Amino acid sequence: MTSRWLRRYTGTQNRGINPQGFHVSQLKFYILLVPLSVLMLLPIIYIFSSAFKPPDELFAYPPRFFVLNPTLKNFTDLFSRLSISGIPISRYLFNSILVTLVTVAASILVSSAAAYALSKKRFKLKQTLFAINTVALMFVPIAVNIPRFLVIERLQLLDTFWVHVLPVLAMPVGLFLLKQFIDGIPDEVIEAAQIDGASDWWIYWRIILPMIQPALATIAILTFQSAWNNADISTLYINNESLRTLAFYLGTLTATTATGAAAVAGQGIAAAAALIMFLPNLVIFIVLQRQVMSTMSHSGLK
Amino acid sequence: MRIRTAFRAWLYKEGSAYAFLSAYALLFIVFIAVPVAAAFLLSFTFFDAIQPPRFIGLGNYISLLTQDDTFMKYVLSNTIQFAVIVGPGGYALAFLLAWVLAQLPRLPRTIFALILYSPSMTAGVAMAVVWKTLFSGDQTGYLNSFLMSLGLLAEPIQWLQSPQYLMTIMIVVTLWSSMGIGFLAMLAGILDISPELYEAAAIDGLSSRWQEIFYITIPSMRPQMLFGAVMSLVGTFQAGAIGVTLSGSNPTPQYAGQLIVNHIEDYGFLRYEMGYAAAVSVVLLLMVLFFSRLATRLFATES
Repeated sequence: MTSRWLRRYTGTQNRGINPQGFHVSQLKFYILLVPLSVLMLLPIIYIFSSAFKPPDELFAYPPRFFVLNPTLKNFTDLFSRLSISGIPISRYLFNSILVTLVTVAASILVSSAAAYALSKKRFKLKQTLFAINTVALMFVPIAVNIPRFLVIERLQLLDTFWVHVLPVLAMPVGLFLLKQFIDGIPDEVIEAAQIDGASDWWIYWRIILPMIQPALATIAILTFQSAWNNADISTLYINNESLRTLAFYLGTLTATTATGAAAVAGQGIAAAAALIMFLPNLVIFIVLQRQVMSTMSHSGLK
Repeated sequence: MRIRTAFRAWLYKEGSAYAFLSAYALLFIVFIAVPVAAAFLLSFTFFDAIQPPRFIGLGNYISLLTQDDTFMKYVLSNTIQFAVIVGPGGYALAFLLAWVLAQLPRLPRTIFALILYSPSMTAGVAMAVVWKTLFSGDQTGYLNSFLMSLGLLAEPIQWLQSPQYLMTIMIVVTLWSSMGIGFLAMLAGILDISPELYEAAAIDGLSSRWQEIFYITIPSMRPQMLFGAVMSLVGTFQAGAIGVTLSGSNPTPQYAGQLIVNHIEDYGFLRYEMGYAAAVSVVLLLMVLFFSRLATRLFATES
């Protein structure tokens, strides 16, 4: 019995990629990964822990990493607080949620429609357009901040809700991933539908979209993270405080180098706000991570 | 009449393709193509955002190369130092970690992947809260307090304000958060390689793990490796905000953490020399394109 057990878990045979179960040869990887994970997690644990710290623990000396007497005070303070211009936090939160939802939904529709055309339609400029988009993958938005500002100003989008959404919808990475994924759908499926008399829009809506759900989930995560964490748009294009987002507000909480009592109050609130910023990213990713992995492998990148 | 029928025929054949593309194309042109073109044009002008741009030819580029001491002395060397360590370093780290993760069964693999990816989710502002406190300059800062309790430090160090340490901290923080989408792509790529390839190689006499990685794993996942490389490149050059966020000022203390992106913001949005800033932007775009070409050469699939 023992010898069978031993053979099973300790044989010299390497279990290789994607093993079914535990094997002694994997121990070295755990020894490497566990300390590294702890290191990666420390700042995140810190966000969680600080958000629940009462003031005396936030400023304890020597500083304490973990919270001893957790309290929700930071959160109630955060929500009862008005910004300098008299906007309640809930307004920023509402803006963030609305902007993020609209951006995610719109970018999925816009990119998937374009990806469908680039993948399954025949037209002259197809190769060229895809090549342009691939070059744009390497595009560094900050490098063209200034002309972008001028364009947005010319279009009279400054200080509107749409400036949060429109500039980020064209996402070259998104189109790239979706197009590669749709390439994996056999043409026969579409031809069969066409013979049955299905229109283009019906094919797109009823066949393509349901079949590319993993890829859509990936795009949703990417867009969600960039929209939810985006403070730049509120900073650069918006002067009307009531249109700004939570990411921006958090920035003002941490940037102002207030002293004395204000700083004390600010730190706890900032920690609570940081947690509110972080959690949705985490939840969305956990829910959709399996789909992401299958986008990246199954014909995802070829 | 003939033109109209030709148009009809075209509309029938290609019209729907363009209809599907239209929304994306419009947004792409307005918010990506036009700004890039405009940056290119503006880079040949003097433009202060008040008066209309005045054409000055290559003037901006010439002064960038000959007169901008800050750029030559700090920004360029900082950017190169930062890019050389964070780019290939983060990339290699992502591949190695993805490879290690692929050797584990599903459940632990998923958990570790989530942990390693999670720093990428704390991008931007939330991060500032954490790192500023950890590296805080007085004795209540975690790092200072820790080093002092070990007796390694006599008095607290102004980590984020001292030119000596700022760049190192920027590199550490960026590496910490570099397991992004490229890392996920590589992990999926490794898992996707068919086991028969390894078996065949073992029969052919391939024995060591390193040989396996170099002769099978990497060649079989070129597309994912390329995608990861491009993503890490763009990430590296985009990471400019980190120094300003950490130190709380632009320019960073004694230009220690000044990267090209900060230089652009400094000239464009603080000094309103937008033509000049546009020239610097064009240089940045060209750098990214150059390195991407290089990466494509390395990983291009032979066809």
